[in-house]
Amino acid sequence: MKLLTREALLSFRRAPLLSLLSITTIAFSLFTVGLFGLVALNLRQALRGVEERVEVVAFVLRGTPPESVTLASQDIAAFPEVLDVEYVTEQAALARAQRELVEFRDAYRDLQTNPLPPSLEIRLKEGFRTAAHAQAVAERVRGFTFVEDVRYGRDWVQRLDRLRNVAGVLGFVIGGVFAAVAMVIIGVTIRLTLLQRAREIHIMRLVGATNWFIRGPFLLEGALKGLLGGVMALGLCWAGYAAFRGNSELFTDLVFFAPHQMLVILVFGVLLGLGGSLVSVGRHLQNVGGRMERRSA
Amino acid sequence: MIRVSHVFKAFPTGALALKDVTFHVARGEFVFLTGHSGAGKSTLLKLLYAEQRPTQGEVRVSGNVVNTLKGDAVARLRRRLGIVFQDFRLLEDRTAAENVAFALEVTGARSDTIPARVTRVLTQVGLSAKARAYPRELSGGEQQRVAIARALVNDPAILLADEPTGNLDERATRGVFQLLRDINAAGTVVVMATHDLDLVRQTTYRTVEMREGAVVYDSAEDDAQGAEAR
Repeated sequence: MKLLTREALLSFRRAPLLSLLSITTIAFSLFTVGLFGLVALNLRQALRGVEERVEVVAFVLRGTPPESVTLASQDIAAFPEVLDVEYVTEQAALARAQRELVEFRDAYRDLQTNPLPPSLEIRLKEGFRTAAHAQAVAERVRGFTFVEDVRYGRDWVQRLDRLRNVAGVLGFVIGGVFAAVAMVIIGVTIRLTLLQRAREIHIMRLVGATNWFIRGPFLLEGALKGLLGGVMALGLCWAGYAAFRGNSELFTDLVFFAPHQMLVILVFGVLLGLGGSLVSVGRHLQNVGGRMERRSA
Repeated sequence: MIRVSHVFKAFPTGALALKDVTFHVARGEFVFLTGHSGAGKSTLLKLLYAEQRPTQGEVRVSGNVVNTLKGDAVARLRRRLGIVFQDFRLLEDRTAAENVAFALEVTGARSDTIPARVTRVLTQVGLSAKARAYPRELSGGEQQRVAIARALVNDPAILLADEPTGNLDERATRGVFQLLRDINAAGTVVVMATHDLDLVRQTTYRTVEMREGAVVYDSAEDDAQGAEAR
């Protein structure tokens, strides 16, 4: 292991410019992935804000004894999809309407009777705020005899679902493309290192080094480059994030990666480096040794 | 120790590099492989250390059929051989001692035994005082001694040398050749490819001459026929 580390680090010392170049290219590739991740993260954050407003409203028949409604709301609260249930009485509904719908305040004040029915506002747990779950809950709530009608804004919940799906697929595809590009770049830089060290590899072979012994330092080198590229990419992402957050009021709510997400990016960098080296070393090691031999023949 | 039986080697173009080559090398022998450039000497040596495979025939080294060796088995074979080249093939950014140590490290030798083994072998080739010198700071003869030290450090049973004096002046050639003779005297088989006939004539070692990929003369057979005639 000591020898493996020494040989891998030696490669950085021997070709500092090439190493810096490959780390920078890896960093920029990961930066692109990271930047997209950051956009996706903030988009998801924004969607979560909208999602929180997904709720099922069950209008209760007037005259239903409040005890029956309270009992039923306890049953509904026990549904696996349900986060909480709030009973909004007729008076509370009117007060809220007067508070929130300022332009109709006078009209509400002049009313002889309260036109707003009492209702149960059912908020769903995170992960259940989709059209399918909202509909399932609505169906079950409709089964209660005192429920007059159930609404959950089917159209816009479905639209939200679509937006979420598109964002997910787009993120996956673009992220995948950039990850593949990063991997190719790492493979190319490792190949350059291999060509640069063709003589050494040839000599290693002649003195009886096994293939894995030769591969080891290259794999470690790739992993280290991936890690350093990941660190640099996170720095660049942070710089981009800070620049956006500071410059516009529009972006004051921007969030950065959580520590565990940063760890994922670093691990991803290491895996990219390792994968790139593995493919490149596997494909080119034989050629490099052979080319050296032909040259010396 | 070495048995080459009816070996043919064809280049991808179809031209034959070796044509029906058969020869055996016994324990303790020193054998010169002679012939002009392109006669097939280097190709034959490459078959012995499994750098190339014969198109036809069998190559046995220390009991292993080299033709069929794959992957790590090739590495294990090479650890039991010492190989020396005309162009030394030293790592330029490592000192003489590091170059020699490298051959031990790649075989997974215990790190605490390496310095002593390196010192012993550098002393054997007369370079203990230059252990910390880089190849560029050494003369051609000295670089070849480092290469020989590297070849010897794993105590090989067979030393293969491909034109080891080809890049050296007369004095360095004498020194390196004497070193190879000493190594042989200590029991290691030495197969040395050379086209330096002056060197060959200095000794009574067995000589195998190659021409256009075929063995055209083997002094061992000559000696045997001579003994029979007597």
